[in-house]
Amino acid sequence: MTTTEAPTRLFGAAIKRREDPKLITGQGNYIEDINLPGMLHAAILRSPFAHARIKRIDTEKAKSHPGVVAVYTGKDMESLNPLPCAWQAGGVKNNVNTPRALAIDEVHFTGDGVAVVIAEDRYAAEDALALIEVDYEPLPVVVDAEEATRPGAPQLHENAPNNICMRWTCGKEQETDQALQQAEVVVRQRMINQRLIPTPMETRGYVARYDAGTDEYTIWMSSQAPHVHRLLLAAFVLGVPEHKVRCIAPNVGGGFGAKIFVYPEMAVVAFASRQLDRPVKWVETRRENYVATTHGRDHITDVELGATRDGKITSLRVTTYANLGAYLSTIAPGIPTTLYGRMITGVYKIPNAFVEVLGVYTNTAMVDAYRGAGRPEATYVIERIVDILADELGMDPAEIRRKNFIPPSDFPYDNGVGMLPYDSGNYEPALNRALELVNYEQFKRDQAEARQRGKLLGLGLCSYIEVCGVAPSKWIGLPGEGWGAGLWESANVRVHLTGKVVVTTGSLPHGQGHETTFAQIVADELGVPYDDIIVQHGDTLGTPFGYGTYGSRSAAVGGTAIFKSVQKIKEKARKLAAHLLEAAEEDIVYENGKCYVRGSPDKAKTIQELALEASVGYNLPPGMEPYLDDTTYYDPPNCTFPFGTHVAIVEVDPETGMVDLLRYVAVDDVGNVINPKIVDGQIHGGIVQGVGQALFEGAVYDENGQLVTGTLMDYALPKASELPSFELDRTVTPSPTNPMGVKGAGEAGTIAASPAVVNAVVDALSHMGVRHLDMPLKPERVWRAIHT
Amino acid sequence: MFPAEFDYTAPATIDEAIRLLQQRDDAKILAGGHSLLPAMKLRLMTPAMLVDIGKIPELRGIEIDGSLRLGAMTTYRMVLDSQAACSRLPILVDSISKIGDKQVRNMGTVGGSLAHADPAADLTAVMLALDARLTARGPNGERTIAIDDFFVDMLMTALDPAELLTRIEIPLPQGRAGTAYAKFAHPASGYAVVGVAALLSLATDGTVQDCRIGVTGAGPKAQRARAAEDALRGQQPTADRLADAAQQAADGLDILGDIFASADYRANLVRVYTRRALEQAAARAG
Ligand SMILES: Cc1cc2nc3c(=O)[nH]c(=O)nc-3n(C[C@H](O)[C@H](O)[C@H](O)COP(=O)(O)OP(=O)(O)OC[C@H]3O[C@@H](n4cnc5c(N)ncnc54)[C@H](O)[C@@H]3O)c2cc1C
Repeated sequence: MTTTEAPTRLFGAAIKRREDPKLITGQGNYIEDINLPGMLHAAILRSPFAHARIKRIDTEKAKSHPGVVAVYTGKDMESLNPLPCAWQAGGVKNNVNTPRALAIDEVHFTGDGVAVVIAEDRYAAEDALALIEVDYEPLPVVVDAEEATRPGAPQLHENAPNNICMRWTCGKEQETDQALQQAEVVVRQRMINQRLIPTPMETRGYVARYDAGTDEYTIWMSSQAPHVHRLLLAAFVLGVPEHKVRCIAPNVGGGFGAKIFVYPEMAVVAFASRQLDRPVKWVETRRENYVATTHGRDHITDVELGATRDGKITSLRVTTYANLGAYLSTIAPGIPTTLYGRMITGVYKIPNAFVEVLGVYTNTAMVDAYRGAGRPEATYVIERIVDILADELGMDPAEIRRKNFIPPSDFPYDNGVGMLPYDSGNYEPALNRALELVNYEQFKRDQAEARQRGKLLGLGLCSYIEVCGVAPSKWIGLPGEGWGAGLWESANVRVHLTGKVVVTTGSLPHGQGHETTFAQIVADELGVPYDDIIVQHGDTLGTPFGYGTYGSRSAAVGGTAIFKSVQKIKEKARKLAAHLLEAAEEDIVYENGKCYVRGSPDKAKTIQELALEASVGYNLPPGMEPYLDDTTYYDPPNCTFPFGTHVAIVEVDPETGMVDLLRYVAVDDVGNVINPKIVDGQIHGGIVQGVGQALFEGAVYDENGQLVTGTLMDYALPKASELPSFELDRTVTPSPTNPMGVKGAGEAGTIAASPAVVNAVVDALSHMGVRHLDMPLKPERVWRAIHT
Repeated sequence: MFPAEFDYTAPATIDEAIRLLQQRDDAKILAGGHSLLPAMKLRLMTPAMLVDIGKIPELRGIEIDGSLRLGAMTTYRMVLDSQAACSRLPILVDSISKIGDKQVRNMGTVGGSLAHADPAADLTAVMLALDARLTARGPNGERTIAIDDFFVDMLMTALDPAELLTRIEIPLPQGRAGTAYAKFAHPASGYAVVGVAALLSLATDGTVQDCRIGVTGAGPKAQRARAAEDALRGQQPTADRLADAAQQAADGLDILGDIFASADYRANLVRVYTRRALEQAAARAG
């Protein structure tokens, strides 16, 4: 007799990432690793001016430099269309004020490319850059979004008077103003959410190979969305049908949002490869990554919050200047609108809210999604102003949060500023658990005692909500929020005749562990060994369409597409089993990878046997097609809304203003958890980036539009040595949006950490009358707050 | 990230290196390469030839008796590995263990750091406090340069272009003496926003006989905090006296500001870190 051991459930198991051994032993395959026969190398000349007219470019000397094959300018590439802007929120047009492959008449920021050298090796290409002569007529520069809108400010684009790209609003203006007028207490604050540089470990890079025989382009790209890049490059930039372009994202060394977008250099390498009929590679230097790749955040915001004397919030009004940089990046308009304005009320029940956003052009790098994308900015605004209100009322920050939380009975909850209904939530348990973990009451005693000794301790809370798995297409798309496409995901699942299960997915990892998590889903649902599941991604030729991996959407949307494909496979397997076991389909049970007639589990057909039968096709029921193979295009009915409470405890050195992060507790609710190890990893990394914004990071342009934090010697990223061990816990409120009940975990840490840390530092100094400090909390800024 | 073209040569003797430097004024000495190569990769420096002095055996090594003598090519790692040097001069551990990362410490050299004279380097201040004597050799032979005369300006030293720094000699403090280095590291570069090196030696009655304070990061070059030194000589090194002296540490210094820290704030850091370095040095003096 054989004992049938139920396979251990993998959904929920903290197994190690299967992709790691390869990546951490140097076996990964990144863009720099791709070397094709006859490949040429590109180097790009970028404008030294943030704003200038190009009067003349002379490339003759560069062309005759040894090893140089070609030099192109923007004029040579005039046949290429400007890049498209895909998220047309606030009424922007899809190809107005977007970058071109290379600038033609005018440059608008120091990252603007004006010429490209193609050479036999990168050194020759770099040498030749210095030989290109460009006559510039410098024009006046503006880098600050608010200043850019003032009368007389330097103008970037003729069609955007006062540099205003869009004015977008959400919520109820009149009601909000009225409620603010009538409020017993109103607190106001201006807050700067500083510009950040995403800094993935692998910079951008592209290799293009044009095949003259088939008239097809293959482009290897460090990308978070190869299908989207293929679509946009083909249809909008190159003007060729989609099937003429194949995009491949090999291993991707981080993206943090910055690799969602179509970039000029993609078009440059494609163009050059076609002209020269040789493969062309371009890999960004770190310096280029800083000046030319998109940045994140950069908001100037005025907040007003009205409340009753006993701390009930009645009204919130927010006005934001969102710096979009010199041109519109691919989804830039959607970040400070849908993903920011519509999330502004956070976890609180706020009856009257209104948000006005001005999207503004300046002579700086384009600003677009960066980890969290809009939700960190929104969370920062609400979590800071709620603390300010607590201070004004002399209330405990935890108490004021509890008092205003949306109660569990209110879900699905309409927040009144146009977000889809929050799917599920229960905010108080996460807050309570976090306070329990830090021992909140004890801390208050410690803080008071420390102050007596001149030591400055502070504790900061952040109760956040975010929106993940953004969909459905009907809501987010052009008629709704302005996203110029859908936001569904697709997946194909095939059970090969050998019993191996191949999953192809339109989403792809750049650190998230899809190969592990997706295999866990399939292993449980299909009842096959984990090691038999292969997850393929990243190549538009071999995978079904996907919108890509960002916005913490892969599990909720891409994962559900896989889940649903597996259900279809199981259905077919049951039909086939019914036929083979000569039973009625209704009587077939699918359990642990086996089909059997209810009541007689001994006479079972395994999924592997069924796959073999299905693929050879000798004995199929009438009308059944061979093979176990199914695809799902999944468009979710709603977004998902993770939440939680993070707590930071800091000590501030009064002599130097240096902030020491002593403890960090995070209680997150990301719905059901597929792999706790991976979720913890995402939360960890997210927290680090959020702490980075709070304490260290900040891109600074001088008044001439030069990026003065242009290297890693000036731009401070957080380091492990500056961080405590994070203390994580969870509550689980499954999402009703999708069958797995998952929400999304990729950005939660970043969203929660910046406000938690800033609130902690402000708390440490609160007895000195400090109510607000702008990020980054550099030592000098904190020191000045203490000593003035 | 892609340096301009350059020639490379690795002479076996000091004299040969000097000859090469004399022949080509577009040549530069390559020591550990951890200041020079980054600058070349950004094309901030474009020497046409590198004279690698890493193959010259006599430039490497540590000797210790009445004084500590370091060959210019002695790496940070070698110093940290020298039990004898570190136990006599704990300031070396304070400072060197905070320079860059492991890779930097494995490659970077004491001579390279001093010759480069980065305004935010650590060892510049340490050598000022320790009253080091530097030996240089050039076309006109050998000479000794007192550390107080060595740093001329930002990235400029008393060395001639064809001159090699060959040796650093540090007198070992006698009797009751303590050394310490306190650094406020830049969160991005790890270099000193302000670094203060202090040497205190006490007379038999416990008063401060000698005090030398080197400050780096604050201005264009490493400087002595002479006002604080003077304030301390002859005093008992009590917490109050040390704090009073530290209050004067920024007096008379050339202090610059940048986007990370204004001159005002740096002056504050000089005072705070001077007190911290002095307290540690006093504790070590016992
Ligand atoms: C990531 C990183 C972090 C760092 N962090 C720090 C830090 O925190 N603190 C710090 O102090 N330094 C730091 N450094 C710099 C490091 O200490 C360098 O190694 C040092 O400044 C230069 O020494 P080197 O041997 O590498 O010299 P090189 O880079 O080879 O040379 C530097 C200059 O000195 C000249 N030179 C070298 N040796 C001699 C000689 N014997 N005679 C005459 N001229 C000579 C060279 O021609 C060159 O101009 C860091 C460097 C890196 C890459």
